[in-house]
Amino acid sequence: MAVLIVDDSRAMRSLLRHILKDAGFAVIEASDGQEALECLQRCREIDLVLVDWNMPGMDGYAFIRAVRAAPAYHEVRLMMVTAEAEIEQVSRALAAGADEYIMKPFTRDAVLEKLKLLGILPH
Amino acid sequence: MDTINSSDFNYIRDLVRRHSAIALEADKAYLVETRLAPLARQAGLASLQELIGLLRIQPTHPLHRQVVEAITTHETSFFRDIHPFDALKNTILPALLTRRHSSLTIWCAACSSGQEPFSIAMLVREHFPALVARQIRIIATDLSGAILARAREGLYSQIEINRGLPAALLTRYFDKQGLHWRIKSEIRRMVEFQQSNLAEPWPLMPPADLVFMRNVLIYFDVDTKKAILSRVRNILKPDGYLFLGSSETTLNLDTAFQPISLGKSTCYQLRQSKTP
Repeated sequence: MAVLIVDDSRAMRSLLRHILKDAGFAVIEASDGQEALECLQRCREIDLVLVDWNMPGMDGYAFIRAVRAAPAYHEVRLMMVTAEAEIEQVSRALAAGADEYIMKPFTRDAVLEKLKLLGILPH
Repeated sequence: MDTINSSDFNYIRDLVRRHSAIALEADKAYLVETRLAPLARQAGLASLQELIGLLRIQPTHPLHRQVVEAITTHETSFFRDIHPFDALKNTILPALLTRRHSSLTIWCAACSSGQEPFSIAMLVREHFPALVARQIRIIATDLSGAILARAREGLYSQIEINRGLPAALLTRYFDKQGLHWRIKSEIRRMVEFQQSNLAEPWPLMPPADLVFMRNVLIYFDVDTKKAILSRVRNILKPDGYLFLGSSETTLNLDTAFQPISLGKSTCYQLRQSKTP
């Protein structure tokens, strides 16, 4: 199973890459929403996208809206991974089509538990 | 980090056992060190050794209780090990709703900081709103007064909120307060918290339809486990359900219980009772 990590912070991508590779996933990375859309077009094996909110160019919110507007990606699951930690933002992300939401800072266990909630990892 | 010598470890082990019947194994010195070092600092003491020295010479000092509470507080998270909650939603609550015409009583034993009873309360409100109106009692107990005070507050850090709680439930049932998140009063009101030591006589408990006693029996010796299960038998309704932790069982402890598979979880019912 392939996971796409979208974050403009190389350190954050590295942290998530280690967590996901240890859990057995193939990992692809992009540094903004536009690059992430191109990754989705190129690689049809992506089942899950972890996407930051605030990025230069296309941000995570616009990316989620773009993915949900494209029927070809309706099975791709989307999780916002962001420092935005207000109820309104969580609600906006879910309304735009995010399946889950995790706030930075997070622990490794928290990421894995969210993947279980999404049915991507077994309980 | 303070390290503990064997004499001090044995002293703490005896203290915890006397007050809680919890049996600390010989390899748990690290647990004593990590849990008690912060307590020593809070008490204004220079080291773990100084804390234990004080306990030894002042046998009625309130720190005795705080030490027991610090050692016996266990990890929890929202919807921990999701399968019992799935069983509750898909099988048990629908079955109980069909069979019962009065209120339901659920007991969460060793509830720690409250995530388990609040998870049940959110599940009920989400999927069985009629049950809320018809009355459901969720009684949550723990040995530790300090952890119960936290549970009653219903205030959680971002680290705790990130663990196991679906984002949709966060938006519906929590308010942001500074850097923390407080569970809404409509959920908080559904849970009654009480202090209770499982190894000592229990407070008067109403007959329970469902008992969650997960990941706590493992800390007791065999005789205490048997005594606790025998008391659960007395308060569980004849067709009620008991959930233990996924690594716990009634096997070889109490033959009155039989395991029932519900989806990916196992619960226990009294042998004469009907299965769902």
